[in-house]
Amino acid sequence: MSDVEKKTISYDVQAPSADGLDARLVVERGSFRLDVALSAKPGDVVALLGPNGAGKTTALRALAGLVPLTDGHLRLDGTELDRTPPESRPVGVVFQDYLLFPHLTALDNVAFGPRCHGASKGEARAQAAVWLDRMGLTTHASAKPRRLSGGQAQRVALARALATHPRLLLLDEPLAALDARTRLDVRAQLRRHLADFEAVAVLVTHDPLDAMVLADHLVVVEEGRVVQQGTPADIARHPRTDYIAHLVGLNLYRGQADGHTVHVESGSTVTTTEHLTGPVFVAFPPSAVTLHRDRPTGSSARNFWRCEVAGLETHGDQIRVALGGELPLAADLTTVAAAELDLHAGAVVWATVKAAQTHAYPA
Amino acid sequence: MTSPTKAGAADTLTGGPRRRHAYRGAPLPLLVPALIGLAFLVLPLVALLIRAPWSSMPDLLTSTEVWQALQLSLVCATAATAVSLVIGVPLAWLLARVEFPGRGLVRALVTLPLVLPPVVGGVALLMALGRNGVVGKWLDAWFGITLPFTTTGVVIAEAFVAMPFLVISVEGTLRAADPRYEEAAQTLGASRFTAFRRVTLPLIAPGVAAGAVLAWARALGEFGATITFAGNFPGRTQTMPLAVYLALQNDPEAAIALSLVLLAVSIAVLAGLRDRWMTAS
Amino acid sequence: MMQVTGVGAAALLALSACSSSDDDSSKGSGSDASASSSPKLSGEVTVFAAASLKESFETLGKEFEQAHPGTKITFSFGGSDALAASITGGAPADVFASASPKTMKIVTDAGDNAIDPATFVRNQLEIATLPGNPDKVASLKDLTNKDLKVVLCDKTVPCGAAAEKALTASKLKLTPVSYEEDVKSALNKVVLKEADAAVVYKTDVKAAGDKVEGVEFPESADAINDYPITLLKESRNTDTAKAFIALVQSAEGQKVLTAAGFLQP
Repeated sequence: MSDVEKKTISYDVQAPSADGLDARLVVERGSFRLDVALSAKPGDVVALLGPNGAGKTTALRALAGLVPLTDGHLRLDGTELDRTPPESRPVGVVFQDYLLFPHLTALDNVAFGPRCHGASKGEARAQAAVWLDRMGLTTHASAKPRRLSGGQAQRVALARALATHPRLLLLDEPLAALDARTRLDVRAQLRRHLADFEAVAVLVTHDPLDAMVLADHLVVVEEGRVVQQGTPADIARHPRTDYIAHLVGLNLYRGQADGHTVHVESGSTVTTTEHLTGPVFVAFPPSAVTLHRDRPTGSSARNFWRCEVAGLETHGDQIRVALGGELPLAADLTTVAAAELDLHAGAVVWATVKAAQTHAYPA
Repeated sequence: MTSPTKAGAADTLTGGPRRRHAYRGAPLPLLVPALIGLAFLVLPLVALLIRAPWSSMPDLLTSTEVWQALQLSLVCATAATAVSLVIGVPLAWLLARVEFPGRGLVRALVTLPLVLPPVVGGVALLMALGRNGVVGKWLDAWFGITLPFTTTGVVIAEAFVAMPFLVISVEGTLRAADPRYEEAAQTLGASRFTAFRRVTLPLIAPGVAAGAVLAWARALGEFGATITFAGNFPGRTQTMPLAVYLALQNDPEAAIALSLVLLAVSIAVLAGLRDRWMTAS
Repeated sequence: MMQVTGVGAAALLALSACSSSDDDSSKGSGSDASASSSPKLSGEVTVFAAASLKESFETLGKEFEQAHPGTKITFSFGGSDALAASITGGAPADVFASASPKTMKIVTDAGDNAIDPATFVRNQLEIATLPGNPDKVASLKDLTNKDLKVVLCDKTVPCGAAAEKALTASKLKLTPVSYEEDVKSALNKVVLKEADAAVVYKTDVKAAGDKVEGVEFPESADAINDYPITLLKESRNTDTAKAFIALVQSAEGQKVLTAAGFLQP
């Protein structure tokens, strides 16, 4: 490995067996119980998405071997890793605050992994230099971590994890420590690196945008359980929990469908274009909601509810109105519209939504 | 470390002449006791210098006993510090990182030599490692090793009183150090010991250095345990403190001269240690 | 052996004794000027005495307290050189009994004595060995055996000075494993079985009972130590102090001292 490799980003494939990840992670910590099943093929990027305290980081640490499994299994490329200590697992981790060793230069940080795997100091440093080159950080090779910017540190951390050619790459909130502007660039770069990574990558995040952009497959975890999984598009369009709905910005309701009518749990009904029976979810975006001061008559909208304004807040360049009443929902209005309607807390309004803009699907 | 610019600050407040550098030092309620504390510690040393028999100093210092005692003191203190490092740092790691039942009790036991009168420590060492000691008996019977009255005995006595300083200092530093770096190292393929060696140890180096200096200074000044366990023999077990004590009875001027030598050497070593080696960067 | 690091401890002890003796002597009526006909003695007296005088002086102290209720004798035992140094350094004491004229001279040279010192006993050296004398030590020369761990007092201590005198006189070269700072420390090394033999006083051998075995040697006759005793100028309770000195020098006192192994002056 002493010859300098070309600049094209391509990672070596080492393991002949290409089974990928097959895990059921059960971890009990006091009163908290994590029970999550994960599987992925080599080349997949899986995002674990969920609110704080859901157990995503615990799952990641269990995959890394830093937390023992109470039950379940962990197979990577056909090898059972459950009892293997972290240093013997072919797993690389990019930690949330990078944890670059402060007393080592960027180069030595990246060289640390290869050295632990038996490379001599010179060999390890040569390999590290190649990685830093791929990340565009050659000029910073001899800098100590405290002299690196957030984005640079993140890339060094990524290089350090990749330098050991792991078969499973774990990223814990990789963009959380960055400011909004840096996040844009780094997210794009990370996407490219992950897309080229030939083994399994699992990333943990609470930011839906990160999940959408970086991952092929989303697994939503709440309170230690998987509540939904699928492609990002899938989940955005068919959320199954309030958390996800809130995340993707939809009004979501559970109810019983009876043809085109859904009897929502709060007592009201929503008319949809789909024809379903049985338990269903129905969702529509806040932007599909129109508010009226008076009860609309003769309108083509088949859905209208009497609501009271519960709160107002700015949302981008619009006003998001939180409404209670017959059907609790969120509506997005322009500032002008909000002013014309004289909206204030407690004001009574009528909310309408076109049936065509709702989306119902089986629960 | 002078306090005169208090007046300057007052001037500025009342609109008086403005100094180029406003006094931004310590507040008075802290500064005054601090200066008193400094004077308290420095005064005896200054008095020693003032009362020293400068005229007869050359004669007093040319005796071989003085240099023998000094050399022995330095060698033994350094050896005791080395011993303390080799077994104290792992002990500190055990106390800081491994949870085991009775950990609090073990920590109390480890720091016991700190509160034990040194002579009591010496007696305890005799009971353990003396010719008839609990362990010493077997050392003598199987290996023919006896520790009392030897230079090794001096090192042992000094290490016994000095090691707790090192252990406490390093344990404190370890607790403050982020254990996640070790985790990161593990995920990169380092065994726990390799992680300790290549990541933790460099990170706690300043704390270890500070602890080692404390231990060295304590070992250098040790008297009670040394004289009780190792006895007093010039060149073999007579360290500077013992030499000073015995000289004091007979020839106070010689005692002062010896004290000054020890003082000068200690200050040279301690002052030579840079601040930045001792504090985390 | 604990009283060894005694310079500081002795001073502290004497200080506390002195402060309470102040209270007592102000309360008591005994120490006023009319000391003619058997005055009622009271108050505290601090005695600095050589380590070798420990057992006998403690006995005498108790006898004194019983004969004169209301009095208290406090002792501080240690190497005579250390005690002399602390007296000249200002430690408050009433009586000083040292193990050699040389160490007493330190005090008289400084002018800290109130009366001239008087020799009250003499002490002779003796070898102390392990019980049963397993190394078969029979003479001073036997101590020069390289396989023996021998402990001597430091030359600055009267016991050590006397031992050196005896060794030089018999042209013997003895290298001990340690020079202890007072005779009790030296003796204790044998009692603890850390050393095989020590050159101490006859009185120490006697005091140690069956913990050591004594071996007399003729050369000791050439190095007998005179023990002087004196009243110190610093004394706050001169009557009681003088009375104690008188007891030490009396027939009764001599009985106790001789029984301990001391020689008559």
